Amino acid sequence: MSLETEDAVKLRDTEDSVIRQPFTSRLGDAIKSQAMQIVLVWLAIVVIFSVLSPDAFLSVSNFRNIAISVSILAILGVGTTFIIVTGGIDLSMGSVLVFSGVVASMVMENVGTGQGWGVAILGIVAALASGLAWGLLNGFLVAKAKVPPMIVTLGTFGAALGLSQVLTGGIDLRASPDVLVDTVGFGSLFGVPSLVIIATTVVIIGIVLLNHTRFGLRTSAVGSNAEACRRVGINVDRQLIKVYAFAGLLAGLAGVLNLSFFRSTTIAGHSLTNLDVIAGVVIGGTSLFGGIGTVFGTLVGLFIPATLRNGFVILGVEPYWQQVVVGAFLVGAVYVDQTRRAANSRGTTKTSLYSRIFHRNRNTNRRES
Amino acid sequence: MTTPIYEARDISRSYGSVRALEGANFDVYPGEISALIGDNGAGKSTLVRILSGAEQPNGGQILFNGEPIQLETPTDARSRGIETVFQDLALANHLDPIQNMYLGRELMKPGVMGALGFMQRSAMKNEGKRAFSELGATVRNFSGPVGGMSGGQRQAIAVARAAAWASEVIFLDEPTAALGVVQTKGVMDLIRRIRDKGIAVVLISHSMPHVLDVADRVHVLRHGKRVAVMEAKHTNVEELVGAMTGALDGKEAA
Repeated sequence: MSLETEDAVKLRDTEDSVIRQPFTSRLGDAIKSQAMQIVLVWLAIVVIFSVLSPDAFLSVSNFRNIAISVSILAILGVGTTFIIVTGGIDLSMGSVLVFSGVVASMVMENVGTGQGWGVAILGIVAALASGLAWGLLNGFLVAKAKVPPMIVTLGTFGAALGLSQVLTGGIDLRASPDVLVDTVGFGSLFGVPSLVIIATTVVIIGIVLLNHTRFGLRTSAVGSNAEACRRVGINVDRQLIKVYAFAGLLAGLAGVLNLSFFRSTTIAGHSLTNLDVIAGVVIGGTSLFGGIGTVFGTLVGLFIPATLRNGFVILGVEPYWQQVVVGAFLVGAVYVDQTRRAANSRGTTKTSLYSRIFHRNRNTNRRES
Repeated sequence: MTTPIYEARDISRSYGSVRALEGANFDVYPGEISALIGDNGAGKSTLVRILSGAEQPNGGQILFNGEPIQLETPTDARSRGIETVFQDLALANHLDPIQNMYLGRELMKPGVMGALGFMQRSAMKNEGKRAFSELGATVRNFSGPVGGMSGGQRQAIAVARAAAWASEVIFLDEPTAALGVVQTKGVMDLIRRIRDKGIAVVLISHSMPHVLDVADRVHVLRHGKRVAVMEAKHTNVEELVGAMTGALDGKEAA
C-alpha cells in the first residue's frame, strides 16, 4: 500500500523527482559535506604553507604548537556549538574561563602552598563549579527569564570579568601547583601534549553527545522548533538550562587548562576569546539560527584561524593579515549557510548572489524555514 | 458502539468577554471518522485544543471511555492515547522523519548506556519505518531533514507520527488545507487506514466535499455549540452549509 496513487507516482516522476528528490538528498549531502568542505579548505591552507615553507611549517613540532593553541578554544567551542545549535549564543565563555581560573587560583592559594594533587584537585573542582554556576545562571536567564541569549551572555561576559578583577584587584594570580603545570600544562603522553589529549577527549565526548544521545537530539530539536518540542512534552526550559550549564562547565575546565598552561589567570587575555570561538563554530558550519551544527566542524573551524596565524608568523607576514582573512572566512561561511537555508525554505535551487543583489524584488530568501 | 471513546459534555470556554464555547457537546466512537465543521469563530479550534489538553475548559465535562477525566497538559492526553496534529504540524525541520517520530519518546538503550542518554537508534529506525509503511505513508527519505520535503510529505509524516502513537483518538486540524489534489487524496487514504486500525479519527476541515467523502458522522458547530450531528451518507453540502450558517433554523422555524 502506498500513500500515493498512480497519478501521484507519475507526478512525482515528472515534477517531484526533478525538484524534490534531488533536493532533499542534496540537502542532506550539503550538511554532511559542509564539514568536509571545511576540512578541504584547511588542507588547502596547510598545502599552501607547506609549499611556501616546507621546513618550518611542515614539521611535527609545528603542528603540535598549532594543536596546543587550538586546545583551549576547542573545549570552549564544544559548549558553544551546543548553545548555537539551540539557536542561542554565548559571549561569556572567555570571562567565565578567567573567573574559573581566578577562583581556582584563590582556592589553591588559601588551602596552603602545597604543590601536590590534593591542592590541585580542590582547584579543579573550584574551577568546574564556578564555570557550572555561570552556565546555570546563563541558562536560567535565557530559559526562564526569557532574556535574549545575546544580552544575557553579554551581561555575564562583563559580570564575570568584572568579578574576576574585583577578586584579584586586577592583578593576575599565579597560584598553580607544580603537579598541575607539569602534568596538564606542559605534560605529554607518547609525545602528545596533555592539553591536546584533554581537548580531543572533550571533542569526542561532544561529538558522541550531539549525535548519539537523547540530550544531543533534543538540543537540535529545541533549536529547530521549540514549540514542537513543547507539544511532544519535552521540557524546553530544562533542556536549555542543561545546555548552558554544560557549556559553563566546559568553560570552567578550560579555565583549569588555561591556568596550568600560562601559570597565570590571564585576566586581560580573553576579551576576544568569545569572538574567536564563535567564528570557529560558524566557519565549521553550525547555523546561527539553530537546529544544525557539528562539533567536528567547530574543531576544523578553529584550526583554520590557528593555522593561518601560525603560517603567517612563519612566513613573516604581518600577523594582522590573519584577522583580515579570518574575517573573510567568517562572512563567507555565514553566506553559505544563509544560501542553504534560503534554498531550504523555498524548496528550490540556490539563487546566485548576483540575482539577489540586483533583483531586489525577488527577495524571498528572508523567509524562515 | 455503545459508549463513545471520547466525549465532551457542555463545554464552555471564554477568552475575556469573548465566549468561544457555550455548552458544546462532542462524541466520537472507536473506528469512526468524525468530522468537525463550522464557520470561522464557531469554536472548532478551541474545542480541539481543550480535548487535546492544550487548554482547560471553564466548565463542562470530558469523558474518556465513559470516565470523567481532567487534562492538565497535552501530555495527559497523549498518555491516554489521544494525539493531535495541529495545522502547523509541529515538526522539527532539521531532524529526519524518524527523529521527529520519536522526539520526546526516544527509545533508550537498556542499562548504563541508556542512563548515559544513548538511544536505540537502529531499533527506532526499524520500528519507525515499519510504522510509516503500515500506514502507507510513503516516506522517500528517512535520513534527510523534513524541512526539505514537500508539503504532502510533511503532512503525511506528521499524521503518521500521531497515528503511530495514538491508540484511541486522533485529532487532525485542517490536514489538507495547504495540499494539492493528489496529496489531499493521499492524506485522505491515510485517514481511512488509521480508522481501519480501530482508532477514532476527528477531522477538522473546511472542505465539505472531503468531509462528506471520508467522514462517517459530521458534527456542526455554530456560535460555540454543536447544532447538528449528521450521518455523512444521508446529508449533502447544502444541508451542512445550512446548519453551519443557521439558514436551516430559519427554514424550520418558518
